[in-house]
Amino acid sequence: MSENSAETRELTMSRAMVSAIAHEMRENDEVFYMGEDVADYGGIFDSTEGLREEFGYDRVMDVPISETAYLGAAVGAAQEGMRPIAELMFVDFFGVAMDQIYNQMAKNTYMSGGNVSVPMVLTAAVGGTYNDAAQHSQTLYGTFAHIPGLKIVVPSTAYEAKGLMHNAIRDDDPVLYMFHKRLMGIGWLPAPDGPKTPVPETDYTIPFGSADVKRTGDDVTIVTLGLHVHRALEAAEGLAADGIDAEVVDLRSLVPLDTDTVVESVEKTGNLVVVDEDYRSYGVTGEIVASVADEALAALDSVERVALPDVPIPYSRPMENEVVPDVDDIAAAVRRTQ
Amino acid sequence: MYENIVTARHYEERLQEEYLEGKQPAFDISAGPIPGELHLAAGQEAAAAGVCQHLRDDDTVTATHRPHHVAIAKGVDLERMTAEIFGRQTGLGKGKGGHMHLFDPEVHFACSGIIAEGCPPAAGAGLAAKKRNEDSVAVAYLGEGAIDQGAFLESLNFAAVFDLPVVFVIEDNDWAISMPKERVTDVENGAKRADGFEMPGARVDADDAVEIYEVAGEAIGRARDRNGPTVLEVQVHRRMGHFMGDPQTYRPEEDQEAAAERDSIERLERDLRNHGVDDERIEEIREAAHERVEAAIEWAKEQPKPDPSDAHEDIFVNPPSGVTDSEPDFEFAGGDD
Repeated sequence: MSENSAETRELTMSRAMVSAIAHEMRENDEVFYMGEDVADYGGIFDSTEGLREEFGYDRVMDVPISETAYLGAAVGAAQEGMRPIAELMFVDFFGVAMDQIYNQMAKNTYMSGGNVSVPMVLTAAVGGTYNDAAQHSQTLYGTFAHIPGLKIVVPSTAYEAKGLMHNAIRDDDPVLYMFHKRLMGIGWLPAPDGPKTPVPETDYTIPFGSADVKRTGDDVTIVTLGLHVHRALEAAEGLAADGIDAEVVDLRSLVPLDTDTVVESVEKTGNLVVVDEDYRSYGVTGEIVASVADEALAALDSVERVALPDVPIPYSRPMENEVVPDVDDIAAAVRRTQ
Repeated sequence: MYENIVTARHYEERLQEEYLEGKQPAFDISAGPIPGELHLAAGQEAAAAGVCQHLRDDDTVTATHRPHHVAIAKGVDLERMTAEIFGRQTGLGKGKGGHMHLFDPEVHFACSGIIAEGCPPAAGAGLAAKKRNEDSVAVAYLGEGAIDQGAFLESLNFAAVFDLPVVFVIEDNDWAISMPKERVTDVENGAKRADGFEMPGARVDADDAVEIYEVAGEAIGRARDRNGPTVLEVQVHRRMGHFMGDPQTYRPEEDQEAAAERDSIERLERDLRNHGVDDERIEEIREAAHERVEAAIEWAKEQPKPDPSDAHEDIFVNPPSGVTDSEPDFEFAGGDD
């Protein structure tokens, strides 16, 4: 793959992610990748496809199933100035290594008075929609965004995936990069049309804390992220036929959070719908609504939250469809604001 | 033991057929009658049958994400387990858990989709037995890829310190998804993990149900007699990919061929013949097992699918007012099948 063969090419989200990682690894010998099944397998969600062939086992490391050890080792290597990227294949598995994440990775910078930095990236697959039950389907955005010291990014398309990854690897703080399985473009888990986008060949960064208005509209603001950007866009198209003009804001990062773009949109539309694949209580929807209320309470005519009800994600298809928000749920919530 | 092994093998062959329905030609994991991932255990049946043959209904077993062979050997309700795998309302978990999360309290069976995380609960079951002065035991299954996991090592220490009646059974099938054993541990014999905790460890090198039965008998007997925990590693083999749909591009062809040749079923049949069991009897057992499997699958497929609103129930057994088991105060409905 030549870096100069064309200005842009259309890529799946996984290929876009990998192209950013490969670029950074070529540029900087201190960048390395480790995780379960990332070398020979190429990542079970294609997150490292082809990296081992180019960079070898020393820089693309398959590790034992010992999350505390290798995530903690990434923290240690990062504190020594290297730039590790550590992958946990399902975000649901974080519990087994949570101390290294929320007590070490997230807090060492603060506790050292800023004298220690932890320039690492933690990548993890999130999301349901394929009937894998409660231990393999969560998004857990809120859990991690709740902890001070972690930057949280969530790409929704190939373009975002590459730009956010370049930024994540170059960032001097720990970044949690949460990619939705359904968007990666894996053969056995078909993606919707949206995430495969043209991607510049050259490197570029998308700054954290810059939400993207994916669709402009005057009647209602739909704020969301990840897979649900695409569901919101589809809902918006359907609503347009009924004369409701929805604006769709893709947050792209939860920490830092671009409240300005959200507030600006709500000040225009007066109506706010927040859509999240994570649990409803104490989560992203509540945070966005509270932030807008803080800054622009007078602009708010109506508010709707569309999220997972507070239930573990069920296995059987009719029940999973019931709890994971879909296009109709989003459209219905928008209609309630009108 | 033979009956359990052939039941498990045929069960998984049939599940494989059912699972692939609707998922082909282009494999789509979210299509077809069986939802989600499916991890099959063809080649590992001896590890289940040889150990569980010693167990009673009140003995606890925690299995892994690859649980069917162990569940069958432990006596889990085959019909309701199958209904669960098909995501039906009458399944063991009412369609909420699926194939990696089977719970049958009647026979004290549970499993988890998270590596090594069945070990601490097994230690807890052993603790309960000890506190109640009962002679039940607990068996925790894990894969060889899990022997580096903190949950396993901490459980060994916990069980050793409190002399708990627990047997940790490592199913060594050589592969942790794409990682061969030699690349994740420098310990060839996983049972040696026991050495660091001053507890007995044993390994059975062959896929031999009879030998596994004998060695497991000592370990379980020791636990039942309140002589503490044991680590038992048994060599099995993985005939399939890690999960259905795994292309196994990381795995050398000769390894797959070798796994297919090491058939514990044929070995056990030879043993039975050597002990005077005639072919007719072997065939009879096999046919009965097949019939049982067919009946379970047929029953399961006739079972109703859950109502979408069932998703909101069972979060608590004693739901606080206003939290569950009532209509949500806002719309979630979206499913159409």
